[in-house]
Amino acid sequence: MNRRDFLKYSAKGIAGLTLPLSTIEIVSPGEIFADKGSGTRWVFLVDTYKCTGCGLCVKACKLENEVPYEANVTRTWVERYVLTKDGKVWADTPKGARDGFITNKIDLGEGRFQDIKNEDIQKAFFVPKLCNQCEYPPCVQVCPVGATYQAADGVVLVDRNWCIGCGYCIMACPYGVRFFHPVYKVAEKCNFCYHRINKGLKTACVQACPFGARMIGNIRDPEDPVSKVIRNGRVGVIKDEFGTMPQVYYIGLSREVV
Amino acid sequence: MKSHVLRPLFVVIFLLIAGLIVRHFLIPDGFGTHERGYMYGWHNKNDEQFWKNFPVKYKSSDYCNDCHNDKHSSIMRTPHAIIQCENCHGPALGHPDSPPKLPIDRSRAQCLRCHYPLPYPTSGRQKIKSVDPDEHNPGTECSSCHDPHNPDLEGIKS
Ligand code: HEC
Ligand code: HEC
Ligand code: HEC
Ligand code: HEC
Repeated sequence: MNRRDFLKYSAKGIAGLTLPLSTIEIVSPGEIFADKGSGTRWVFLVDTYKCTGCGLCVKACKLENEVPYEANVTRTWVERYVLTKDGKVWADTPKGARDGFITNKIDLGEGRFQDIKNEDIQKAFFVPKLCNQCEYPPCVQVCPVGATYQAADGVVLVDRNWCIGCGYCIMACPYGVRFFHPVYKVAEKCNFCYHRINKGLKTACVQACPFGARMIGNIRDPEDPVSKVIRNGRVGVIKDEFGTMPQVYYIGLSREVV
Repeated sequence: MKSHVLRPLFVVIFLLIAGLIVRHFLIPDGFGTHERGYMYGWHNKNDEQFWKNFPVKYKSSDYCNDCHNDKHSSIMRTPHAIIQCENCHGPALGHPDSPPKLPIDRSRAQCLRCHYPLPYPTSGRQKIKSVDPDEHNPGTECSSCHDPHNPDLEGIKS
């Protein structure tokens, strides 16, 4: 082997090693959960066509989960995307859409607003966001003390007594769903209303949504309506390429949504 | 066998044992790897119970039906039936014992969440009839003319 070949093969080898398995293997959610035994694996389904951006889900979430109402932090929020005919993408989520969207001006932050004429709009829609309860949650991996963890049913929880507030998990989450709880000074996140789903209730946001844009279900149950849509329908997830296997599925996802 | 080399070793061993004893008392019993393995599941099992015991605050409209049957049966005949009572009246935990009365959100902003005109073709918003708040009776609460439990324009208060 000459030097040229050696360099070539080693470069290929290294490239091959660093390639995550997920990029070669195409797996569907059904395959992953179908034969992993019975029990419960909570998943979420969002129909962006139905969302009207009223923000009642955000309001309900904050009150149900005792997230300080005036603080600009929230476990779930709704993003507005407006694509104009000149190819620009505008997005905002004032106060996480706690009070909905009652102006057609886009909030650019720092008190600046963008006026968009109705006739310039190419497409526009709302995208509710919440914790993806990833199958491989990076926020849990980085916790140095075991304060955040995944329960057997897939929900990622935070132990308020054990969290030291280092903030690694907040940095590690690709979806930005984590924040510091202003009162308890520990990491805080959406947990699919763990107290409600374990009592057979829907999450606060699902119940509050008047339009059925939010749904929660058990993917291991083939008869579950949400599970059926995810198995048989066309659904997408956000930031698939991170390999975290997010478990919030979206109907009507668009390329512009990040 | 007395060696100055061994002495630091004893100190290290002592510290190690002391550390393990302290650790044993500091770490709660529930800690372990549990179902999701070491990487994702290392935690205190008892904390799951903490989250399961968290108080439920939103009751749903069915709960209100027992006592506010007039409002319930009224709204259920209208397109506003899809809106939970608590979306406009706040979570009902404890009501009617404490608090004896739930708040009433009469703000225009509350109605405009859905009725502000946003011409977004691929969202559900466009299907809802809208009013321009600057033109449609500005400064007056919507509920002084419209009954939220019966928004039908026929029965409008005048
Ligand atoms: C067990 C009976 C009961 C249930 C269930 C109940 N309420 Fe009430 N509610 C009352 C009573 C009694 C009052 C006090 C009426 C008064 O003082 O005029 C009241 C007062 C209120 C008021 C204030 C009325 C006012 O005049 O200021 C609102 C709003 C209200 N209830 C909403 C609700 C909603 C929404 C629900 C369901 C989530 C609900 N209630 C469930 C009994 C009940
Ligand atoms: C879209 C928002 C909205 C929804 C949904 C809604 N309400 Fe109301 N409710 C109001 C407003 C606004 C008032 C004040 C009406 C007024 O001042 O005339 C009110 C008043 C009331 C009152 C007290 C006033 C009275 O006339 O006795 C009760 C009780 C009440 N609502 C119960 C309910 C119940 C029960 C439901 C669900 C079945 C419900 N509301 C759903 C907005 C709402
Ligand atoms: C969660 C979204 C939502 C909220 C909040 C809401 N509405 Fe509505 N409203 C609707 C929908 C959906 C309809 C039925 C669709 C339509 O015809 O526009 C409707 C219908 C109406 C109508 C009847 C229009 C017609 O032509 O029959 C009136 C009036 C109305 N709402 C007033 C109000 C008032 C006043 C409030 C605040 C107390 C309010 N709405 C809050 C969603 C909402
Ligand atoms: C001074 C009384 C008054 C107030 C205040 C008022 N409305 Fe109206 N609204 C009316 C009347 C009358 C109509 C029917 C005639 C019309 O279309 O103007 C109407 C019609 C509507 C319609 C149906 C529009 C359509 O296209 O058919 C909606 C939706 C509505 N109002 C919502 C609201 C909302 C939301 C508010 C508060 C921000 C509000 N109204 C405040 C009197 C009022």
